[in-house]
Parts: sequence; structure tokens; C-alpha cells
Amino acid sequence: MKRILILGAGTAGTMMANKLRKALDKEEWEITIVDQFKTHYYQPGFLFIPFGIYNREDVVKPKADFFPAGVRVIYSEIGRIEAEANKVHLAGGKVLHYDYLIIATGTKTFPEETPGLYGKLWYKEIFDFYTVEGAIALQKFFKGWEGGKLVMAITELPYKCPVAPIEFVFLADAFFTEKGIRDKVDITYVTPMPGAFTKPTASKMLSELLLEKNIKVVPDFYIERVDNEKKTIVSYDDVEIPFDALAVVPVNMGDKMIERSGLGDDMNFVPTNKETLQSIQHENIFILGDASNIPTSKAGSVAHFASEILFENLMNAIEGRPVLAKFDGHANCYIETGFGKGALIDFNYETEPLPGTFPLPGIGPFGLLKNTKINHYGKVMFRWIYWHILLKGKELPVESQMTMAGKKTIN
Amino acid sequence: MAEKVIAGKSIEVTDEGYLVNMEDWSREIAAELASEAGIELTGKHLEVLEYLREKQSAGETLTIRKVGKSGIVDIKGLYKLFPGGPLKISSKLAGIPKPTSCV
Repeated sequence: MKRILILGAGTAGTMMANKLRKALDKEEWEITIVDQFKTHYYQPGFLFIPFGIYNREDVVKPKADFFPAGVRVIYSEIGRIEAEANKVHLAGGKVLHYDYLIIATGTKTFPEETPGLYGKLWYKEIFDFYTVEGAIALQKFFKGWEGGKLVMAITELPYKCPVAPIEFVFLADAFFTEKGIRDKVDITYVTPMPGAFTKPTASKMLSELLLEKNIKVVPDFYIERVDNEKKTIVSYDDVEIPFDALAVVPVNMGDKMIERSGLGDDMNFVPTNKETLQSIQHENIFILGDASNIPTSKAGSVAHFASEILFENLMNAIEGRPVLAKFDGHANCYIETGFGKGALIDFNYETEPLPGTFPLPGIGPFGLLKNTKINHYGKVMFRWIYWHILLKGKELPVESQMTMAGKKTIN
Repeated sequence: MAEKVIAGKSIEVTDEGYLVNMEDWSREIAAELASEAGIELTGKHLEVLEYLREKQSAGETLTIRKVGKSGIVDIKGLYKLFPGGPLKISSKLAGIPKPTSCV
């Protein structure tokens, strides 16, 4: 019996378990998936919780609902990977051997990495919305808040779902407008990047929208610490920004297990061949999703597109062919802009987000880099697609490789 | 792309003044680019620049955090050496491409 071991049963690991179980003979291949938690979170939904649009029950389901029959599931913490010996030590001492390993342990937030962030104001006036607990604490806070300075700050790059903090300020603008207190809420968006977004065309579109909604942007701000007494965030070059409520994207790093295994970079992300999705160090290890260091967004859409390439290359390796499938870094992100509208961006390693239509050239129905109602419905419908199609590894009517068809180039 | 005369040599640079070929770099070029940016180059500056060039050649992604862990200088010190945008400015002076944040 040959063995494939998948570490992590989030979006990436679950998709792979489904794809591989369908393709590989049960008599020949044992597939095992390991995760310490039993709950699957629909993470794109976290963003809506602070504004009371979603609640906890809208974003959780048991992980067990999404594993196919014939996959061995182990709920356990992972001790470390011993890559030279092709084995994984679980926290309880159990050892799992593998022929091929897929690392899909994702990225986590580490508020304790920023001095003063995880202090006495945490979940009182400082919140994250990358955990269900943080999002719910913020929902409670916003219900009783009468206004003041709301600061949305990104501490470090890279971080999961790069558009989420922009969506957060757009939704906050709509939320406080509808509540009738927008004039009492001062919204500031603070980022270590040189603009609202890195890629120029999207950055321009989003900057205009931020301006239109009276949201201030402070670029090139790299947070050193949070001053809990003065209620300010302080940059390394000693600029201070005061807040009454701080929403924050804490430092993102890979799982500590990666560090224990000696397989990570300085942020515990696994050095990965950005085209084949193999580990740089070990060719029988593949990395899917946020756990890798590939230079594209840490997002579910990327994990989805990459899963098709990883699947192809793993099958190539299993059947003795060269790993010829190449990932192009394709990402596709809906951006909620508030008041029932949304924008959409589609890009890869080489091509920045451009205006146009998606997925059908000239038809859409979605408009790229346009602020429309239909884009918002796309995001709303996506939750159903996520639970019913995406996690189960079924085909979506979208190509894994990005296409220029339907896009307008800008000079 | 453009040609620019730096330290007496004609060098190919990007529109934003970053060297196109990192092999064109020399300490004299770094010193001249530094004075354009209002920085007087010290040994500490050069240590950072050499570190950046070494990591760039090794194909590693450069971040402020990484330089802060290099043992040469902490992040606060890096801001003091290259005020404003430490990674952008130090990359330019090191003759390596403008850092891109992958988001």
C-alpha cells in the first residue's frame, strides 16, 4: 500500500483529499488527512460578522461533512515532519509514514508578535476579524459604539486575503451610514504598502473609491507597537496614529510545526517552487494554500486554482512523468464595497488586475475592477459554491490558468 | 528604462532610478545614490547593502522584518539609516530591484 499524507484539513487540504480519493485506486493508495480541529470555518464570511450580516452559525460546519469515504481522518496536533525519513510525528507520539506529503497547514495570526497589541485593550477596543472570536467580539462592540476614530491597520506582509481590510472599511462606512452616525465615525486605513493595494491599476480604482467614501489612507506605515495608555499605534519611525477602536490584521506566520520541522523561512512559510508547487528541499513534498511562500495572494481562490495544478503534478509524479504542470499564480477576489455593491479582481504572478468582464469575455456577468451590484451577488452566492462544490473538489466553470480574454490592457 | 551617469559610469536604470543590472553596482555608485537621497554612507549602511545583495542573489524575498533579524541592525535602526522607506531606499542603494509586496 502506498501512502499520501495531507497535513491540514482547511480549504486546501480538504479539496485535495476529495480530488485524490476520486482519482486513486483504494486498493493501491491510502490517503490520510490530519487536523487538530473538528470545525471547518468559512473564512470569507468572517468579514461580515462585525456588521451583523453573518453570525457564527453562518460560517461553521463539521469538517467531517466534507471528507470523502475512504480517506483516513486523524484529529491530532502535529508534532513535526521528519522529511529525510518520509514520516510525520503526531503530538501524541504516533508516527505516520508517507510516499507523498501535502502540507496545507495554512497561515495563522500572531497578535503577540506586535508589542502592546495583545494587551489590556485586546477584544475591548482592539479587534481582529481573522478569527471567529475576534469578529464576534467586534460585532458586540460595534452594537453599542457611538462613534470616534476607527482605525483599520495592517501590521505585516504577507497576510491572508489581501482585500479583506479594504472591504472592512467599505462595509464600516455603509454600516455607520445606515446607523445614522457616519458623521461621528472617522475611518482611517493604515498599511505598510505604498498605497491601498500593491498593483497600480487596482490601487488607483480602490483609492478613488476610498476617497469617495471619505476614508483616509495612511500608506508606508510600519507598526512597531501599540500604546495602550495613549491609545495610539506607533510606527518604527515614531509616527503615532490615535484610535478609539482599532481593527487589525495581526502578523501572519505559518504553523509553528513548520518551524519545528526546519522546513520554513523566517515567517514559517515553506519555500515552494512557484510553478510546480513542490517543496524546494524535498521533491515528494507538495505545498498547497497559505502555507507556501509562493509570491501571490494568500487566498482560497489561489488554493483552488493551485489545487488543480498540484493534482496534475502529483499524478505526474505518481505515474513516473515529469512534473510539467505550471501554476501561474492565478487569484480571483471579490471586493465588497458596501451598500450592496462589489468589485472583482482577477490576476496572476505576471498580470496585475485589469478592467474587463469575467468569466465570459465581453459578457461577464461580473465586471472586473467595476463597482456593481452583480459582483456583490457573486460574493453572496459564493458561500453556497464553497460548501457544495469547491470543498468537495468538483469542477467550477472557471479555468485554473488566468486568461487575458475579457481583460483590457492599460498603458 | 534610461541611462544615467553615476560615479562617472553610464548605468542602465528604471524610471524610478533602480539599477537594471545588479552587477553594475559598486560602492562608489552606492555612495552617489546615497547622497542623492540625502544619506551619508557609513560602514553600517554598507553592511546592510551587502546583506541585501547577498539575499537577492540567493533568490530570497526581502522584507524589513528579515533585515531586522539579520543581526546587522534592528528595524528601528534600519529606519534611522534609511529614513522614510527603509527597504525601498536601501534596495535602490544596493543596486537591486524595487521590492514588491506580493499581495
